[in-house]
This record gives sequence, structure tokens and C-alpha cells, in this order.
Amino acid sequence: MASIAQTQFRAAAGPHSSAAGVAASEPAVVRWVLIGVAVAFLAIFLFLPLAVVFRTAFQKGIEFYFQAFRDPDTQAAIRLTLLAAGIAVPLNVVFGVAAAWLIGKFEFFGKSLLITLIDLPFSVSPVVAGLIFVLLFGLQGLLGPWLIAHGIRIVFALPGIVLATIFVTFPFVARELLPMIQSQGNEEEEAALTLGASGWQTFFRVTLPNVKWALIYGVILCNARAMGEFGAVSVVSGHIRGLTDTMPLHIEILYNDYQFVAAFAVASLLALLALATLVVKSIAEWKAAQQFAAQSAADPERSL
Amino acid sequence: MSISVRGIRKKFGQFQALDDIDLEIPDGQLVALLGPSGSGKTTLLRIIAGLEFADCGTVQFDGKDISAQSARDRQVGFVFQHYALFRHMTVFENIAFGLRVRPRALRPSEPEIRDKVNELLALIQLKNQARRYPSQLSGGQRQRVALARALAVEPAVLLLDEPFGSLDAKVRQELRHWLRQLHDEVHITSVFVTHDQEEALEVADLVAVMNEGHIEQVGSPEEVYNRPATPFVFNFLGNVNIFHGRVDDGKAYIQETDTGNLAFVRPHLLEITRQPNGANHFRATTTHINSAGPVVKVDAITEWGAPVHVEISQERFQALRLAKNELVFLTPRDIAVFGKERAS
Repeated sequence: MASIAQTQFRAAAGPHSSAAGVAASEPAVVRWVLIGVAVAFLAIFLFLPLAVVFRTAFQKGIEFYFQAFRDPDTQAAIRLTLLAAGIAVPLNVVFGVAAAWLIGKFEFFGKSLLITLIDLPFSVSPVVAGLIFVLLFGLQGLLGPWLIAHGIRIVFALPGIVLATIFVTFPFVARELLPMIQSQGNEEEEAALTLGASGWQTFFRVTLPNVKWALIYGVILCNARAMGEFGAVSVVSGHIRGLTDTMPLHIEILYNDYQFVAAFAVASLLALLALATLVVKSIAEWKAAQQFAAQSAADPERSL
Repeated sequence: MSISVRGIRKKFGQFQALDDIDLEIPDGQLVALLGPSGSGKTTLLRIIAGLEFADCGTVQFDGKDISAQSARDRQVGFVFQHYALFRHMTVFENIAFGLRVRPRALRPSEPEIRDKVNELLALIQLKNQARRYPSQLSGGQRQRVALARALAVEPAVLLLDEPFGSLDAKVRQELRHWLRQLHDEVHITSVFVTHDQEEALEVADLVAVMNEGHIEQVGSPEEVYNRPATPFVFNFLGNVNIFHGRVDDGKAYIQETDTGNLAFVRPHLLEITRQPNGANHFRATTTHINSAGPVVKVDAITEWGAPVHVEISQERFQALRLAKNELVFLTPRDIAVFGKERAS
């Protein structure tokens, strides 16, 4: 009797479980086609260009590759890029954190307008952004004559490059932080306040640690864009070799001079920067996940 | 420290959250602000804490006006409904936070902080969990950590916003008793917000019943339950039958027809008999009987067709041998009559 019941049960369970298996996934053909499309897409748009960059850079051997960096103009371009990013990124961290904090924690008139303004650099063409600064600070610009009279150079000099870089990269930090700050609400800050913490203490001890990884990721993205920016910087720099050429501009010049190896050697630096960004990003995400896992590890004696 | 709230008003946009609130909270008492959601109880608590500011009116601690002070300077301990523990800090660091952020001159030394935190960990019975993170604790444990964190700074006043609101029934019951015990030990003036009448009546020394931005009644749990001052309090605290009623010669009567007045009778203050027993009874037919539990709940329809709920003891139920669809006589032992316009 018992064995009959068992067989019946098996018979009933059999088709049921296999039906669930089919429902949970697509046929093999569909899966492989989709995976193939994704891989082909990545290959054409990411891996192939990357391979070409490094292949061309090393075309004439390692000797030529490193010789490209001995050129004083190239060295000046690398220095200028590092300097511009070194100024723009910290400033944008301050702006971004302040803006995300303001928007995330407070209600005020014109909030949605401010959010739109922060997103503006995403929607404005970088060339237009560069032109804005030329029209403002250039020789024929609005403030040009006054600046000339006081001996201040902005356009075709470092300040212009930094300004253009800041403009183009300022949404990154704020945009990364905002969802985090908004989702966390105000209660922890209110708790800190009732416990006697000052505004700065609350910010550094409560708010900032909670958004640490989002902030790091925002900084990485901001830095990558700051070093790679071409359009806006191209308009304000004036392309003075050894003086106002950043790495991306210098690559274009080398390329136009048919110095392919040198051009791609410098380009490989930017590509390495992108790869490094990806690595740091992965570490940041992994750390965040690890921290979360450590915090929510099962507690064997979870009693009242 | 005594708290007095005078003429507080608060508007959120068009919504009048608090309308002319006056409340005196004596030193060392445990007071419940009880009301349905939207009654303004949490807003009032946050105004006392300094997390919200009133449009007008004053808050005084021990007779001193502190309306303009920020939450930081008021020395209040605030316990949030969702705990608001610092998620990146251990239990120990959470509790130590209030001591660590003090200005250098007032900050206790590291051993003093450690002693204080350990003492509080013992109080909340979480000594072994000091190095855990909030996400590793159960809801009840988190709430106790939140309480310890608030107590660490030795506040003059303890304010709790729906402290047990997001816990399950059993844990809630235990924490409720624990809070009462704790209060009896430390005697700190405490105010807690709740929408649970049972919680308020069981734990508090004094209950302020709130509705639509007003305080309806302030009194001891016995007072507000047995002598409700308004129809709202009557309705909110426990079950009640509502009839048409009138008052003759200082005596309250239930009536079939509309009199412009409403009569309130608690279900356990209606007596069921099988025979008429003299004055002021009415007939009813039983429709449903639920005898599971300490009291037997009887639903009936009055002779004029209104539903009525009665609660009787198990002994009385056995003696009556009551069944469905039987004619019984109901005699109210206590009736409260309110004018209709106030009751609506």
C-alpha cells in the first residue's frame, strides 16, 4: 500500500519538477545567441579597440614605446593633465558632496532646478561648454578686457583648462552620492544631533562613512573623465605645444603628425588609466559588499 | 525635569498638525501620547525634542523656555521608531557616540567611556553583543541599543517615538514591561508616543489622548479609560456601543429614536438576562457568540434593529447557557451621554 502511494507520488512529482525547470530558463539556442551577441558587441566596441591601441603602441618594439615618453612636449602634456585633474577632482568632490548633501537632506525652493543644473554638463556638448568660457574670459569675451587689464590669463592657459574640466566633470560625484544619501533618510543624523554632535561631527562621523564607497566610485569616475576630456579643453587650451596641451590633445596632434607609435603610446596611458579605474571600482564594490556581509553575517545566538 | 508645552501650533503646508496644544508633564513621570495616526503626537514629540520647530507657542523645561534651543543643546534622549542606529558602528560605538562627540573639556576619558558603555550594555542585557553591528541584531535588541545610546548622555528627558511600533507582539510585550521597570529604576521624565491603547494604559503614569492636532484628555490610565472626557476618547480606548440617548433627572437612558444625543456603553457593562429585571432594559436577539478567550463576546440585534456587542464572563455564559438566535434582555450598568455635535 505504502509503495503504491510512493510511486503515485513520484509520478505526480515527475512532470511537475521538469515543467518548473523549463519555465525557469530559455531554450539553449536562445541563450547562446544572446550570449554571442553580447560578446560580439563587447569585442567590437571594447576589446578590439583596446588591442589595437596597445598593438600600435608596441608596433616598433618596447624601445620606441618608451622613447615616446622622453619627448619633452609629451611629458609636459602628462604633467598638465595630472595638474588639471589634481585641481578639478578635489574641487568637484567638495562641490559634489555639498550638493548631494543639500539635495538629499533638505527641502527647499528650487531643488529640482538645482538637480537639473547639476545634470547640465551631461546634456551640453563639451565643445559648447568650452566656448562658454572663451566667450566669457576670451580676448573678445565679456570679462576679457578687464582680465587683460589686470594681467590675468584664463583662456589658453591652465585656469581655463581647469575651469573647463571642472564644468564637464562636476555631475559625477553628486550623481553617485545622491541616491545613497536620499535612500538613507535623516534619522541617523537626527539621532546624532540629539546625542549632542555638531554639524561637522555628524557629517564626518555619520553621513560620510555611510556613503564612503559611493563617494570613492564617484571620485574615480570624475577623475577618469577629467583626464580624458577632449572637447571642452580643446576649445579653451589653444593647443600650445608643451604649454597648454593635455594628454588627449597631445594624442591628436601626434596622430595628425603621422607619429602613430607616439600617439598610441600616450593613448595607451589613458587606456591603462581606464583599466585601473575598472580595477579600483571592482575593489570598491567588493569592499562594500564585504563590509555588508560582515555586518549581516548570521548571528547564531539571535535572541531577544 | 518637568516639561510644559504652551499654546503650540504647527502647520505642514495646509495641514494643521497641531492646534493650540497645552500639556504639563510632571517631573519623573512616564507619559504616553496616545492617538491615531495623523493626530499630531509624533510632531508634538519632535517639537519637544527640538527636531521640529513650532509655528508658535513655547516649550519649557523646568520652567525655562527652551523653544529656541536646538536639539543638540536640549539634553534630550530620543529613541526613534526605526532605531536609527549608526549602521557602520558596532553596538559599543553606537552607545559611546554621545560621549565621544562632546567637546574636549567635557569628554570623559577612554576608560570612563568604556565603563559607562559596559554598564549600559549590562542594563540592556547585551554584554556579549558589544562588537556586533546593528544589522546583526534582532529588532528588540536594536531597540534596546537605541535606548542605551540615548541614556548614555544622561539626558534630562527621554523621548520615545513609537518605541515598539515595528516589533512583533511578543517582543513588544516584553520590552514594554522592561521599559516600565527601567523607568522605575532611573526615574527620568519620559514621554512616549504610541497608537496602541493597551500599551499606553499598561505602561504610562499619565496618558494624553490626542486627535486631529488636539489633546482630548489627559489623565491617569484609570481616568481616561473609566471616565472618558469626550466621545473620541470613549471610542478610541476600548470597544463601545453607541445608541441614541437622553438624560432625565441626572440619569442617562438609552432610547430607540434620535434625540440629538448619543449614549456610549462599554460591552462589558451590559448585563444579559433571560428575564426582564426592572428599569431601563431592552430586548435583543443574539446573532453570534464567540466563547474562545477569557471573555465571551456576544453579538446581538436590539429590538429596534441596531447591532450591539456584549462581553460576559465565562461563568456567566455557562450559567445562562446562551445560544444563537435567542431573545435576551440587556441592562446597561453605566451609560455616558454626549451631545451629538461633539460626538461626530
